[in-house]
Amino acid sequence: MTDTQIESPVSEPGASDFVQLLKPRVMSLVVFTALVGMIVAPAHLPPVTAFTAILFIALGAGASGALNMWWDADIDAVMKRTARRPIPAGKVQPGEALGFGLALSVASVLMLGLATNLLAAGLLAFTIFFYVVVYSMWLKRSTPQNIVIGGAAGAFPPMIGWVAATGSVSVEAWLMFALIFMWTPPHFWALALFMNADYDAARVPMLTVTHGKKVTRRHIIAYTLLLVPVSLALGFTPIGGMVYLVTSALLNAGFVLGAVMILRRDEEMAQADKYKVEKKVFTFSLAYLFLHFGALLVEASLRAFA
Amino acid sequence: MSFFKPDHEIHRRRYSRNLWVGLALGGFVLLSFALTVEKVTQGDPMKAIRGEGHAVAPEDAALQAKPEGAGN
Repeated sequence: MTDTQIESPVSEPGASDFVQLLKPRVMSLVVFTALVGMIVAPAHLPPVTAFTAILFIALGAGASGALNMWWDADIDAVMKRTARRPIPAGKVQPGEALGFGLALSVASVLMLGLATNLLAAGLLAFTIFFYVVVYSMWLKRSTPQNIVIGGAAGAFPPMIGWVAATGSVSVEAWLMFALIFMWTPPHFWALALFMNADYDAARVPMLTVTHGKKVTRRHIIAYTLLLVPVSLALGFTPIGGMVYLVTSALLNAGFVLGAVMILRRDEEMAQADKYKVEKKVFTFSLAYLFLHFGALLVEASLRAFA
Repeated sequence: MSFFKPDHEIHRRRYSRNLWVGLALGGFVLLSFALTVEKVTQGDPMKAIRGEGHAVAPEDAALQAKPEGAGN
């Protein structure tokens, strides 16, 4: 060996590797929905308290992402979509991710409790517990209903934002929760339709793996139809209004149409155009959620100016 | 090896990580300070100075009620 430079595949993780552990894309959705939950609430927090609350809700979500990556490192290594995550890529040691996730979980819950109230901190702690223990450790590997129940973890942030501002849970907070909860299954099943090979290889019992794609297509339309009344109901609460209702009606029409198109297709058609429709519906579902919360934000602004 | 410039990938990564840990801790200190200031100044801070919103102890009330110069 003539080369004097030592190349080590597992070396010092950089700051960016730890940022990747926090799942920044998921975090951005958490920040947005929690922020909306806080802004549309009838009570308002002072600016530094509000900033602190959002920061630590986001870090709490990030911490649960790091703990999820620690637990699911074996699955992530097999799946193409996740193979480049810091642990399977050998950039971060599993123990480092575990310590990072635990420390950040405790810090974020404590800081949210100190900045706002104990109920908000308790909800954040429960969300982390639910995502890491109930979803990642238990449901994900044991039932095809994994994302149906596990979706609750992603649905809590707007409720936490609301509780941070008001100190209590209300119908509006529950409906914001229900909107994300009911949206999660069709969103992830649309993804699973064109990422099936990944889940199959990792032996994750997604609906597409256990019951086949035909059943999954039927489930997508069923859950999309169940999502419609939930999303519209929010428009009739004090945080809704005409802007929200019109936006929601249009988005629901689009989502149902996409789900019907998915239902009408079979595997042959999907493979022929490389899951074009399924990919479109998946992307549309992201806009669906973003625009619903955006409409709530518009309603809050209109009320503020009125 | 120069003192400030890391000359190896490992050193570069370690430096970047330490820098971010330092910045995060600094940010946390600033945030805690700002949060404390906001918490203790919530409401109208001048109320305390004006003596409004506080129950005045009986002995203080008696002192305030005394005419100027009395008791000298």
